Amino acid sequence: MRLRLLIGALALAVLVLGLSFPWLKTPLLLALANGLAVAGVIVLIRAGQVSFGNAMFACLAGYGAAFMARAWQLDALLLIGLSAVLAALAGAVIGLFIVRYRGIFFGMLNLALSMVLFSVLGKFGAVTGGTDGLRFDRPTLGFVHLEREGFETALLVLALAMAIVAGWLVQRYFASISGQALAAIKTNETRLEYLGISARRVFWGGYVLAATLCGLGGSLFALAQGLVTPEMGYWVRSGELVFIAILGGSGHALGAFIGAFVFEFMKLYAAALLTGAWQLVMGLVLLAMVFLAPKGVFGMIERRLRSGRNA
Amino acid sequence: MNASLFALALMDGVSYAALLFLVALGLTLIFGVMRILNIAHGSLYAWGGYFAATLGLLITRFELSPLLALPALVVAALLMGGLLGTVLEFALLRRILDKDPILQLLVTFAAFMVLEDLQRMIWGVQPVFVSDVVSQLGTLSVAGVTYTRYQLLVLPSMAVLAFFGLRWFLGRTALGRQVTAVTHHREVATAMGVNTGRVTWLTISVGCALGALGGALASPTTSFTPGIGAEMMVLSFAVVATGGLGQIGGAALAALMIGLARSFAIYLLPELEVLVPYLIMVGVLLIRPEGLFSTVATRRI
Repeated sequence: MRLRLLIGALALAVLVLGLSFPWLKTPLLLALANGLAVAGVIVLIRAGQVSFGNAMFACLAGYGAAFMARAWQLDALLLIGLSAVLAALAGAVIGLFIVRYRGIFFGMLNLALSMVLFSVLGKFGAVTGGTDGLRFDRPTLGFVHLEREGFETALLVLALAMAIVAGWLVQRYFASISGQALAAIKTNETRLEYLGISARRVFWGGYVLAATLCGLGGSLFALAQGLVTPEMGYWVRSGELVFIAILGGSGHALGAFIGAFVFEFMKLYAAALLTGAWQLVMGLVLLAMVFLAPKGVFGMIERRLRSGRNA
Repeated sequence: MNASLFALALMDGVSYAALLFLVALGLTLIFGVMRILNIAHGSLYAWGGYFAATLGLLITRFELSPLLALPALVVAALLMGGLLGTVLEFALLRRILDKDPILQLLVTFAAFMVLEDLQRMIWGVQPVFVSDVVSQLGTLSVAGVTYTRYQLLVLPSMAVLAFFGLRWFLGRTALGRQVTAVTHHREVATAMGVNTGRVTWLTISVGCALGALGGALASPTTSFTPGIGAEMMVLSFAVVATGGLGQIGGAALAALMIGLARSFAIYLLPELEVLVPYLIMVGVLLIRPEGLFSTVATRRI
């Protein structure tokens, strides 16, 4: 109950901030897009696996959206939907063989595939725009032509709604049989198999869900910027997604979004105050989190909520 | 592709593979004792290279004997690798042994982020390139191709030296046997009276020094720019995963495969050059999920 109040308050705060300070719109939007992708990473972390290549799905969806926007001038809603489907399909195909791997090999294979995508996008400049990326014009949103201001506001509201729905779905998934089985991959995969549940099939489902969420995040990111670059799929970006998951707390989907907001604003301030040293600050914060609060910001909030209930 | 082009690609590939092998060897060694894939390893490569270039510049500025240039590369690597390895081990790695594997990985990722920015602050963003050593050693003609002695002789012999030296150390010396014991089973080794902490510190320093050595030896032929560490990181990952985690022989074979494939790709299919290492890795892992050289029962070192 308290958690719902908290989510409501946070969502309201995002809306109020975004509407009253126009310059905050872009960072908030990017944070929500990042949060969606991180929610996908959290699904994988639930299975005890960490992928250093999940940004490839965000990148793929972003490029998908850019190509479709340039070729067919589709509506933004269609772009988001179609590119998320694209990411889901890619996740389903890659998932077919990648679910056989665990631990470091899982992370490394994801990383290798994302680097293949990254290099292809950078090398075949004639089609993909090379390292400069692809620009596309602002599409209609809900078949309405909007100016930049209005478009960003509408996108922000849309992103917020998507984040809430996605977070709810992820939590529902965690509570379902598949979600419980997914968590069992981390604790004891052999026992899971003894129960007659295929660990690979369960993990495949989680992988596709993660890919779809990353795809949603990537398409929002692309729409917010009107530009996609291969950097979206670089392995350091994937590492950042895992970082945000740990920062926010991987125990709950809400952690992904809290982490994404904290990350975005830390980046904003670190870039302004300590030019050229934001990675340094991030690294130190990450170290502090691992040693002092390994359950992330959400872990701290949860403890507060619990102790409040007992009192 | 004619004969001389073939020879050129072959030599390019071997000298590149030598560098790749040195870096990957360090990574696989650290993985052996810690069971942690050190993401900051690519930064060691970059720091080793930058520091070696700085030493090279100092030698020119103070007009010291040019004979010092080659030893300076090795000294730079040992100093930088030993120093950073010790800092990493004391400040971070020894404190995370009992943590969740994901957190362990993240700690080294954090170290990578920190080192990456520090490197940018110290050496700036301009490309750094000191190639005096290469011109001093001169060139050599083989099969109608003129090639630098440095790349053709120095780099491969360093790699071979590291390979056999490490095998001798691990197999024949008391300390090396202790390292093997810790890789094999940490707790049992401790129970048998091995000073695990010291062994771990030593192995990490040696591993880091190997990474730095790869960078230092690459510095005369590669221009160092920010981001080179991240690039080398994924390449050495690819080598280590292809060869089998913790496998020295596997790393050597994988480095040779990836190095040669890459240099032939440069001459034959230049667009695919960057893709080749990853394609090889994916291909190998699809057929042998644990890498080329590992079987479930093998001893991992």
